[in-house]
Amino acid sequence: MLPLVIKQLGVTVNNKPLLRSIELELADKGISIIMGHNGAGKSILLKCMHGLLEPTEGSIHWSGSKATSLINRKKQTMVFQKPLMLNRSVAANIEYVLKLRGKPKNLQEKYMQSAGLSNKSSQPARSLSGGEQQRLAIARALACEPEVIFLDEPTANLDPDATLKIESQIYNASQQTIKVIMVTHDIAQARRLADDVVFISQGSVAEHSKAELFFNQPQSVAAKEYLSAYIR
Amino acid sequence: MTTFSQVISEVGTLLSGPDPDLLEIVWLSLRVSLTATLLACLIGLPLGAVLGIKKFPGKTICTVLINTLMGMPPVVLGLIVYLMLSRSGPMGFLQLLYTPTAMIIAQFALVLPIVTALTRQQIEDNWGEYRDTLTSLCVPINQCVRTLLWDSRLSLLTTGLAGFSRAISEVGAVIIVGGNIDHLTRVMTTAIALETSKGDLPLALALGVVLLVIALIVNTLVFSSRARIA
Repeated sequence: MLPLVIKQLGVTVNNKPLLRSIELELADKGISIIMGHNGAGKSILLKCMHGLLEPTEGSIHWSGSKATSLINRKKQTMVFQKPLMLNRSVAANIEYVLKLRGKPKNLQEKYMQSAGLSNKSSQPARSLSGGEQQRLAIARALACEPEVIFLDEPTANLDPDATLKIESQIYNASQQTIKVIMVTHDIAQARRLADDVVFISQGSVAEHSKAELFFNQPQSVAAKEYLSAYIR
Repeated sequence: MTTFSQVISEVGTLLSGPDPDLLEIVWLSLRVSLTATLLACLIGLPLGAVLGIKKFPGKTICTVLINTLMGMPPVVLGLIVYLMLSRSGPMGFLQLLYTPTAMIIAQFALVLPIVTALTRQQIEDNWGEYRDTLTSLCVPINQCVRTLLWDSRLSLLTTGLAGFSRAISEVGAVIIVGGNIDHLTRVMTTAIALETSKGDLPLALALGVVLLVIALIVNTLVFSSRARIA
């Protein structure tokens, strides 16, 4: 499906440009992290890539075909910062997606195990803790067997233990040849997970480079300021 | 005070022994109102859900119209159904006038806007929360409707109860299309209206208390089932 190619992407809402002239190409493997200040346009870019938001200009293509086509959309899923739990049990949340994708019900156990929730299968999903809900949301997304998974700040407001469990889930997914594109504010987390980093500043791509290069020798002024503020 | 003591005495009499006439009226009331409510839910729930989710030209007009129909006076609706079912009306050939089926049709028409409007609002509110996730999972629209209806099942029980309450308590429509015929179309509300017009106020009030008890039982049964379906 990949690479993802974005050309001259722009999003304008109420005459206010939120994204401007985004040019980006993401490889088909690994974990790409999108970083930037609050309001820089990271989540909007993620939604555009996933096809949830129609750009006002430019194009997004996966392997040459439009990102919003249904065939492409079915190959990708997204997990949101505040995941929506269907008003049913943990197992039924996974089963819902398996049924939707025409996959056997017995795969349910595999995904619940991957999320560490096998012992809570009959519990209402909405009664889980924040970290458990996020793990279930990721497991549910993985049950779609996507080629790409988008994650919008999946560990925001979670404690370190819950964060590490989710990071392990994300890392395992990337090891199963699933491309991960994730937004995070957590620089330490980005260091742990990223293969490459896209830095967004004021609605534009300020920098896109390999993770090691980005964290050791950021090229753009915006990224330098962002990282130095973290070090301070 | 005399009237209240008489009412209590009448209620005691009505509830103490199994009066076949009263049981017949109670059974018909429940049969007509529950059938009308179930049919209205069968159509109103998915219709309200589609209205809550789908965007289409004229949606606002549809919503305002349905909301307005919630306030339709039962007598006016009864008259419309009467004209439709009367011998010279477009559905006169069915010969349904003055039958329980006519009463079900009238109550169905009365309850449908309530169920549809309340469902639409409930589903529209929930859709804001569900939209991104269901769109991300590429859930088809008919599946979105089913998902939201199932996930909102507890709130929608209250919607069903609101519809049932409207049906069981109305008198204007059923008296016009049913005619309050003894042993055929007499229900609790029409019996109350009859006793009031005859001047037997204690019996009319006692029948009202019995009607409330029936509504209480139905509400209790539905409420106790919430835990099971949660």
